[in-house]
Formats: sequence, C-alpha cells, structure tokens
Amino acid sequence: MGHDTHVVVAKNKTQYEYARRKRSHHMQMQVVTFAIMIFLTFIAFATVAAGMSAFYVAPVILLLAAVQVVLQLYYFMHMSDKGHNMAAFFLYSGALFGFTFIITFLTIVWW
Amino acid sequence: MAEEIKYTPQTWPEHPETANLEGKNKFLGFWLFLGGETVLFASLFATYLALKDKGPEGMTFTTQSLFSEGLPLVFLMTMLLLTSSLTSVYAMYHMKNFNFRGMQTWMAITVLLGLGFLALEIYEFYHYVHIGFYFSQSAFSSAFFTLVGTHGLHVVIGLGWIILLMLRNAKRGLSVYNAQKYYTASLYWHFIDVVWVFIFTVVYLMGVMG
Amino acid sequence: MSAIAQKKGFGSVLWDWLTTVDHKKIAILYLASGGFFFIVGGIEAMLIRIQLAVPGNDFLSAGLYNEILTMHGTTMIFLAAMPILFGYMNAVVPLQIGARDVAFPFLNSLGFWLFFFGGIFLNLSWFMGGAPDAGWTSYASLSLYSPGNGIDFYALGLQVSGAGTYIAGINFLVTIINMRAPGMTYMRMPLFTWTTFVASALILFAFPPLTIGLFFLIFDRMFGANFFDHTMGGNTIIWEHLFWIFGHPEVYILILPAFGIFSEIFAIFSRKRLFGYSAMVFATVLIGFLGFMVWAHHMFTVGLGPTANAIFAVATMAIAVPTGVKIFNWLLTIWGGSIKVTTPMLYALGFIPSFVAGGVTGVMQAAAPLDYQLHDSYFIVAHFHYVIVGGVVLAILAGLHLYWPLMFNQMLDEKLGKITFWLFFFGFHATFFIQHFLGLMGMPRRVFTFVGDQGWDAFNAISSGGAVFMALGVIVLVVNIVKTVVQNKPAGTDPWEDGRTLEWAIPQPVPFYNFKRTPLVRGLDTFWIEKQEGNKEGMTYAEPLSDIHMPNNSFIPFVMSLGLFIASFGALYNGEKTWAVPVLVIGLAITVISMGVRSWKDDHGYHIHKEDLMDDKGGKY
Repeated sequence: MGHDTHVVVAKNKTQYEYARRKRSHHMQMQVVTFAIMIFLTFIAFATVAAGMSAFYVAPVILLLAAVQVVLQLYYFMHMSDKGHNMAAFFLYSGALFGFTFIITFLTIVWW
Repeated sequence: MAEEIKYTPQTWPEHPETANLEGKNKFLGFWLFLGGETVLFASLFATYLALKDKGPEGMTFTTQSLFSEGLPLVFLMTMLLLTSSLTSVYAMYHMKNFNFRGMQTWMAITVLLGLGFLALEIYEFYHYVHIGFYFSQSAFSSAFFTLVGTHGLHVVIGLGWIILLMLRNAKRGLSVYNAQKYYTASLYWHFIDVVWVFIFTVVYLMGVMG
Repeated sequence: MSAIAQKKGFGSVLWDWLTTVDHKKIAILYLASGGFFFIVGGIEAMLIRIQLAVPGNDFLSAGLYNEILTMHGTTMIFLAAMPILFGYMNAVVPLQIGARDVAFPFLNSLGFWLFFFGGIFLNLSWFMGGAPDAGWTSYASLSLYSPGNGIDFYALGLQVSGAGTYIAGINFLVTIINMRAPGMTYMRMPLFTWTTFVASALILFAFPPLTIGLFFLIFDRMFGANFFDHTMGGNTIIWEHLFWIFGHPEVYILILPAFGIFSEIFAIFSRKRLFGYSAMVFATVLIGFLGFMVWAHHMFTVGLGPTANAIFAVATMAIAVPTGVKIFNWLLTIWGGSIKVTTPMLYALGFIPSFVAGGVTGVMQAAAPLDYQLHDSYFIVAHFHYVIVGGVVLAILAGLHLYWPLMFNQMLDEKLGKITFWLFFFGFHATFFIQHFLGLMGMPRRVFTFVGDQGWDAFNAISSGGAVFMALGVIVLVVNIVKTVVQNKPAGTDPWEDGRTLEWAIPQPVPFYNFKRTPLVRGLDTFWIEKQEGNKEGMTYAEPLSDIHMPNNSFIPFVMSLGLFIASFGALYNGEKTWAVPVLVIGLAITVISMGVRSWKDDHGYHIHKEDLMDDKGGKY
C-alpha cells in the first residue's frame, strides 16, 4: 500500500505529563459542551411544551438544533482539530445539497 | 507492522487513529461516508416533510395527535442518546490515554444507553401500530416509519458494531490497528446523535406545534 | 506468498480472479463485465431500430418493446458505461498518482462484485417473468402499476449495484486525497485523475438519493408502503425529484471521466502540454458543483411553476460556460501541436463536433418554454444520444485503444481501429442526427410503432440503417480484440512514445506492486519532464528501496455480494411465495456474518522484502 512512515517515538516524562494534562483538560471541556447541549435540548422541549406560538418557536428550536449539531461536530467529533479540512468540506457539501433538496421538497412537490 | 509493536502509555501516539496510512485512509473514508449519509438523511427528511399529515381521505392522524402526549418519552430518549454520545467521548479519552479497560468500560456504558434508547423506540413504534398508525396505513405513516426507522437501524448497526469490537478485542488489548476501529465506531455513534437532534426537532417538536 | 507460479490450473486461476484485490485485475474485471453488458445493451438497441425501421411493424409486440427499451437504457447507463469507466479509473488512476494500490483494496473488490451481482440480477428478469417496462426513469406513476416482477428486478438490481458504485466512489476519493506520491500536488494531477476525483464526489452525493428513491419503490411495491400512491396521500412527484437529483449528476459522473480521457489524448497526441490546465481543473469542479443544482430541468413540464422553472433554466444554461471553456482549451491544445492521428486521437477529434452538437441542443432544452415543445419527442432522444454516445461512448472506445497497452501490454491493431472509428462515427451520426428532425416533426419517444405517411417513414429507415453501421463497427472492434489477444505481441513501456504522465513510465508488464520505489513527481506531465532531461529510467525516486506492504486476497467480498443477491430474491417474492421471507433473512445473514468475519479476523496484509525485489529486473517475478 504506499508510503507508510509510522515511527514509534517515546515521550519523555515531562512531555508525557503535559500530554496527559492537556487531554484531561480537553475532557473537562467536553463535559461542559455536554452540559450546554443538555441545556439547549431542555429549552427546546420546554418552549414547545409551554405551547407558545409556532411562528416564534419554530425558528428558535431549529437554531438550537443547529447549534447543538455544530457542538457535536466540532467538539465530540473533533472537527476543530487539525487535519479535518477534507472531512469538513465534504460534510458541508453534503449538507448544502441536502438543504436544497429539503427546500425544493417543501416548495415544488406539486400536488 | 503495527500489531507487532508493543506500546506503553509513553510511546502510544497522540493520534492513533491517523498514526499510519491505513488509519488515515479509514479516517477520511469514514468522514466521506458520513457526508453521503448527510445527503441520505436529507432525502428522507425532505420526503417526510412533503408527506407528513397526508393520508387517505378522512385520516385523523396528525403529527399533533400522535406526538403530543409522548413528548416526555421523546425527551427521555434524547437524554439517553445524548448521554451515550458523551460516554463514547469518555471512551475515546481513555483510548488516547492508552487505558484499554477504561475504554471498554465506557464503551459498554454507551451500549447500555443505546439499548435503552432502542427499547423506548420499539415501545413507541409498538404503541403507534397498536392505535392503528402502522407502516402501510398512509403516506404519512410510511414516511414517518422510514425516516425514524432508518435512524433506528443505524442505532442497531452501531450497537452491533461496538459490541463486536469489544468482544473481538477483549483479549487482545489496545493496538493502533484496533484503536482506529474504535475511533470510527465512535464517530458513527456521534453521527447517529446528530441525526437524532434533527429528528426530535423537526419530527417531534415541530410536529407537536403543527 | 504472492509469487505467481507460471503454470497454474484453471481452478487456481479462477480462484485468483474471484479473490483478487489488485486494482489492475479489478480493472480488467470491470472492463470485461462492462463490455459484456455493452454488447447486451447494443443488441437491445438493434432490436429497437429493427422494430422502428418501417411503420406499423410487428417485429416486437408493444409490451416486449417497452421491456427492451427500458433494459437498453438501464443496461447502458448502469451496467456498461459506468463499469467500463470504473475499469479505466482502476487501471490508470493509482498508476497516474504514483500509488501502489487504491486506499481500500478490499472495498474495491466488494464494489465490483456488488455491481456484478446487481447487473446479473437485473438481467435475470428476462428469464423470470419479464423485464422492467417503465423506462430507465421508472416514473412511479407508471412503475407502481406495472404487472409482474419486472420493476422489482429493476429496483433491487439497481440497489445492489448502486451500493457497489457508492463504495467505489469513496474508494477513489480517499485514494486520490491520501495516496498521491511525493510532489504530486493537486495542481499537478493529470486531468483524468481530476475528473475521476470530481466524478467520485458526485457519486458520493448522488447515489444516496437514488438509494432512498429505490427503497421507496421497493417498499411501495413489495412491502405495502404508500409513498407514491395518491389515494393514500402519497405523491409520485417525489420519485421524479429523487430520481433526477440522482439522474442529473449521473450524466456528469459519466461525462467527466470521458472529458478526462480526451484531455489525456489531446495532450499526448498533440505532443503539447494541455492548454489552460488550471482553467480545465476549475471548469471540472464547477461542472460538478452545478450538476447538483439543475435536476428539475428534466421536470419542466410537470408544472413546478414559472419561478422554479426560471431558476433551474438559468442554472442549466450556466453549465454551458465551463463546458465551453473545456472545448476551447482542447482546440487550443491541438492548435500548433505536432499532431499524430492515431486511433484514440481520431476518436478525440470526432468527439468535439459531436459533443458540441449535443451540448447545443441541451441549451435549447434549458429554455423552459421551448422544452414544453420538445419534451418527450425524438428531439430529446437525439440530444441525449449525442452527449452519451458522442461523448461517453467515443471516450470509452478511445480509452480502450489508449489504455489497452497499459492494461494488457499489447497494442490493438491501428488499422482495424480506424475502420471501427469510421464505421461507428458515420453510423452514429446517421442514426441520431435525423432524429432531431423526427422530434421536431412531432414523433413522440417511447412508442413501439408509428403510422405511415406522416413524413416519418424515410427518416426512421435512415436512422435504422445508421444503426447497422454502428453494429458493424463494434463487430470489427471485437475482431480486433480477438486478433490482438491471439497474437499477443508485447507492447513494452511507453507504447505511444509520447506518454506524458506517470502511468506510461512504468515497466511493462506492470509489476503487481506497481512501483518498486515511490516516484518523486517534479511537475505536471512528470514523465515528459524526465524524458526531456534524458532520464532513461523515466522516473526520479522519492525513497530508497525498502519492503513493500501489500494487501491479502480475499473471498469475502464475493460472499457478501452473493448474500445480497440471494436476499434480493427473498424481497422480490415477498407476499407471493412462502419461502420469500426465509430467503430474505438467509441472504442478509450471509452478508452480515461475512462482514463480521471480516472484522473479526486480523488481516494485516504481507510484505515483499526488498531482497526479493532486488533480484528481478523490470518487474519480472
């Protein structure tokens, strides 16, 4: 298969401790992200359960969903890390095309 | 090759999922697959939105009549799936720390939460069928079951995949070879959650609002 | 482990082909099965033209005509054109970018076998109660009420082969992104690699909507769903949207690799660098992107409303701009070149006027009001045959001559090749040019016969006569292939003498590991650069000689695809036969279990040690 350049490198103690701490810090951030996601979900369900006008609520909960998905993608799925350019490009292309499908199905599925 | 190298926490690479070409290929290939899945679910959503509330003349089922009373159940399902997303993040955290047992434990918790979600979904579907809203009842029911059912099928596949991985590697321990597999499985699991966010928003919440 | 013995029994040769994961062998499998389906689709085309040669003909019955017409379109698009192009991609792209194999050799094999079983399943319909008869578009308003199992064969067969195509698309994308040799930047990639890349991206996004549409059709027909049944709240327009969301990008999936092949040919045989390389790349990407935004132009007459029609009309016309850029760049590549009119070049020269004609009629139809007049007439038939035959099929035939020495280390006979070209080219224009006028005179498409004395008789006879020349051309081509294979004269490295890109620099026959050492790419047309600088070896290397990692062969892809093939029969007869559900379950179980076996077993491949490499000279083992 091609040009495999995997070399085993051992970290020294300081590097190792640093990497561990960084990961642990990162994990704390993930838990905060999770708390935000739970909170957003709660707001979405609460506004609907409160029975407010759909005219106001619908855009709000769609926005909340979008924010939550971005959090999921960028933090839980690490899209904010390096080396995700192609992944992001193809995911967003898919989302863009998918969005046009939904728009057309809402407007020009002729009855 | 990778399987012959015995790692320690010190030598374990920072990003085992992309530590060699095979891993890089899997990683990218799987992300591209998720790009295609986005389009797949978009098509299902589009069809659902076009067909919701549509049925034979005199059909009384509407999104409001179906989903209003079940909203607490949907909230519970959402919480289960969201939490399982976090637990799989924990599993990946332990994977990066070269802690095999920690990873297996958190993956097991993820599976349990996923099974809980699945049980509730089956209960929900059973309820709909029971009140006469079955797959071939109307265009609305076909579109609903196909959209939510495709998501449910993804949950089943994800669970099967993770369980198989855990059993397979129970005795082998962590290596670059299988770390890559765990990583893609967890990506898949997160994506299932992404789709669910849109399902609970578009199908259930917006359905209740009418 | 891999050293192939010189003499092998039939059984072990067969086993080798069934289990191979080598992209060069999979390329040959794609080419052979695609070629077989091309002949089948061609015979169906001849039957159509015989039926329409004279008015009031009863050579075929109306029902049989519909089946043949449907299978002609479906076979040519899904089972002939795409697989043959996949064959070229598999054969050429890894060599062009300096890779030892594709990114996922196992999936590559799986993709082929899925396509193969899907194609066989679809064609079994002929022997099992009748073929699909609702046209290749299979509009739900028609296909839902088609009696028999024909449409079920269509939906399930395309589902299985579509899964294979999807896998192949991801595989090429990852290969091109991750496995380019050092120095092969994106803007040094040969045009065939670029077009493969964009076409694969289109596959990634276009096939999921088709999958969904086909599932709806399968559920509606076999499992009692109501997506398209208006009495139950369904809507057949959904099928049209989903089909064309897939269907329009599909024509770019076909034509972009064809553009790639012609770009290579023009540069090689004009002995000049491709004119406007970066504009060509940009045009390719732009066509790919716009290809997704125009699908509703197939549905102008549905009644989507003037706003929607206007938007899609403008988007459609916009595609003519990047396509025009390409045409002019090809012309300027030839301009002032030192031209060698070989068979591939002849096809390329014939392609430009033919394809421009097809493109111009395309822009005519993009004008929505005019499309109301042209819709469902022979004008449409003429248009899409001008782009598909004048573009894709000419590229396939040109590519066959161009890449035959690369795939088989033999040269196809140039004289017979030129005879094929002239027969085919003349026959093609005779068949389809006149159909424009038939359409303008009001002859509708998809009719099994017509009444005489409406002014259509002579034109239809001419059209059928032209088809005979195309058939003769293909027969000469088959003779050519047989002659070449029997003679088996080695062509050697750089058989066209003017190869510009990496694939022509490899010693022939191509070693199974492709590159002994990974090459260093020093610019666009890297082989040309090395030749200009007098490098006899044709390559500069990026690394010292070292062990080569290779994937193991595997029988699992075959079994996985076989499982889906069996399951398809279960789904097909669901509700008709008592054994249907068990067969469906058993088939799916075979597939799932073989997936489990695949992930349970360790499969790390093997290494060729560098000492073994040192021994052989020029890739002989």
